[in-house]
Amino acid sequence: MSINVQPREHLYRRRRATDRAMTALMVAATVAAVVPLVLIVFFLLKEGLGSLNLDLITQDPNRPGRPGGGFRNSIVGSGIMVGLALAIGVPIAVGCGVCLAEYGQGKVGTVVRFLVDVLAGIPSITVGLFVYGLIVLPQGEFTAFAGAVALAIILLPTVARITEEMVLLVPRSLREASLALGAPYWKTVMRIVLPSAMPGIITGIVLGLSRIAGEAAPLLFTALGNNFYSTDVFQAMDALPLRIFVFATGPYDYWHEQAWAMSLVLVAIIFGISLAVRALFGTRVTVRQ
Amino acid sequence: MAQTEMEERQVQDGPAASPRIATPAPQAFGGTQESAGEPRLRVSNLNAWYGSKHAVADISMDIASNSVTALIGPSGCGKSTYIRCLNRMHEVAPGARVSGTVLLDNQSIYDPDVDPVRVRQRIGMVFQKPNPFPTMSIAENVASGLRFLGVKSRAEIDDRVERSLKLAALWDEVKNDLKKPGIALSGGQQQRLCIARAIAVEPDVVLMDEPCSALDPVATLKIEDLMRGLAEDYTIVIVTHNMQQAARVSDRTAFLLAGEDGAGRLVEFQATADLFTRPQDKRTEDYITGRFG
Repeated sequence: MSINVQPREHLYRRRRATDRAMTALMVAATVAAVVPLVLIVFFLLKEGLGSLNLDLITQDPNRPGRPGGGFRNSIVGSGIMVGLALAIGVPIAVGCGVCLAEYGQGKVGTVVRFLVDVLAGIPSITVGLFVYGLIVLPQGEFTAFAGAVALAIILLPTVARITEEMVLLVPRSLREASLALGAPYWKTVMRIVLPSAMPGIITGIVLGLSRIAGEAAPLLFTALGNNFYSTDVFQAMDALPLRIFVFATGPYDYWHEQAWAMSLVLVAIIFGISLAVRALFGTRVTVRQ
Repeated sequence: MAQTEMEERQVQDGPAASPRIATPAPQAFGGTQESAGEPRLRVSNLNAWYGSKHAVADISMDIASNSVTALIGPSGCGKSTYIRCLNRMHEVAPGARVSGTVLLDNQSIYDPDVDPVRVRQRIGMVFQKPNPFPTMSIAENVASGLRFLGVKSRAEIDDRVERSLKLAALWDEVKNDLKKPGIALSGGQQQRLCIARAIAVEPDVVLMDEPCSALDPVATLKIEDLMRGLAEDYTIVIVTHNMQQAARVSDRTAFLLAGEDGAGRLVEFQATADLFTRPQDKRTEDYITGRFG
């Protein structure tokens, strides 16, 4: 029996050509995805590096129109509000994610999952307005606490869904091993499932943190912003994104320069936190099996 | 008598003859069901379902204490499902249902006011794939069951970890690495770690669901040795698709086969030597001679 080679050869050439074309397309797409990041970092360095100095992080803003000063208040404010938002949002989000993964197979789970997704889709400025109505109006003043609540609401869906995914990734065999040792279900979840999912959950928390650390919109009507140094969470407080917004849209050239420097500092802080967390937790444990 | 045969094996299985946890056994070294008075586990008319699928039908079986009972049968004969019914692990699967009775020392484990958690504390399980907890060290893995039980004393935990690892013939290999993660061990060591973890809580019965099917022959032999040794203190039920293994380690063997409806039934249950040399049922004979399965 003879094998007809000719058509196969033709087919092979065509498949090889298609393979190469597709590979080239994917490489192009990958490069295109990285280009914005590279450009952002490039412009930040180009514009921001020149106006970077120690005063920026040790001093508070000068009176408008008087060059110099810094944004220590904004850095501290961002830290306080983001930290408070994590303290409020992470326990709720992780609890919600674990519940969705462990008990969310029925109708209620589907509804809750849908609502969490809807919450993720709500614009952050809307969240700010909501908290304005919920906390700021009744209290009669802008507070860092209200800002933190707004940030926590934005954090919630991201962390909840990532937690759910990570908990679902924990293999059934580990749950069974624990149950077969005579562990009650809740202990199995707390001592076996959660620790196994923790590296992934922490990655999710860092993603959420990065997002809220750069949010200005939800703080506009809640924390408002503050030209002075304040650590009182029941007072108006400044935040890096808010100050960037004010300075970048303001009338003075040195404000614009400082806005660039602030953006650079903000990106560097977020990048540093991501790296630090990755170094601390990232490679320690991986879920196998 | 089969007891002498068992003792002979004990002598051969040198490594397994390590220090054992002293458990108050009802009768010392009963060995086989002939010499044992009361059976440890008494199963009657056990049925199990996954949703509408009938997986196990009408199995009744008395399992003698301080012996190894093997369950053999072709894939899909319900032997894994059956063994999971013996410590209420079956009901963990969604849609799973059980009927019939299982008595552990004359106490029903399916009684409505019996907590499955308590049942599993007395009837431990070792699974097909080694499943040490990935976030825990070797020592923590062995201690995990004790911690679930609320044992706090550091000294007691250390003591039990050491004894369990010795009993599982793993101590000499890991005694200097107790702080290393459990998943860093080889597959065979991981499985022995899981056995140590299961016996650390000193259960009455240890169920093993194809404990060697993911292991190489050397590791398999080690675990078989171990099972013979463990039978002195524990009642062991093992599911295996390896007939030689059943012949090597067990005192009694049960042959299960799925009927035309797909539900697994008990075909024959007798002393291992008899089952493999003088099977009473034609289907058992066909299976052990390799005509199907």
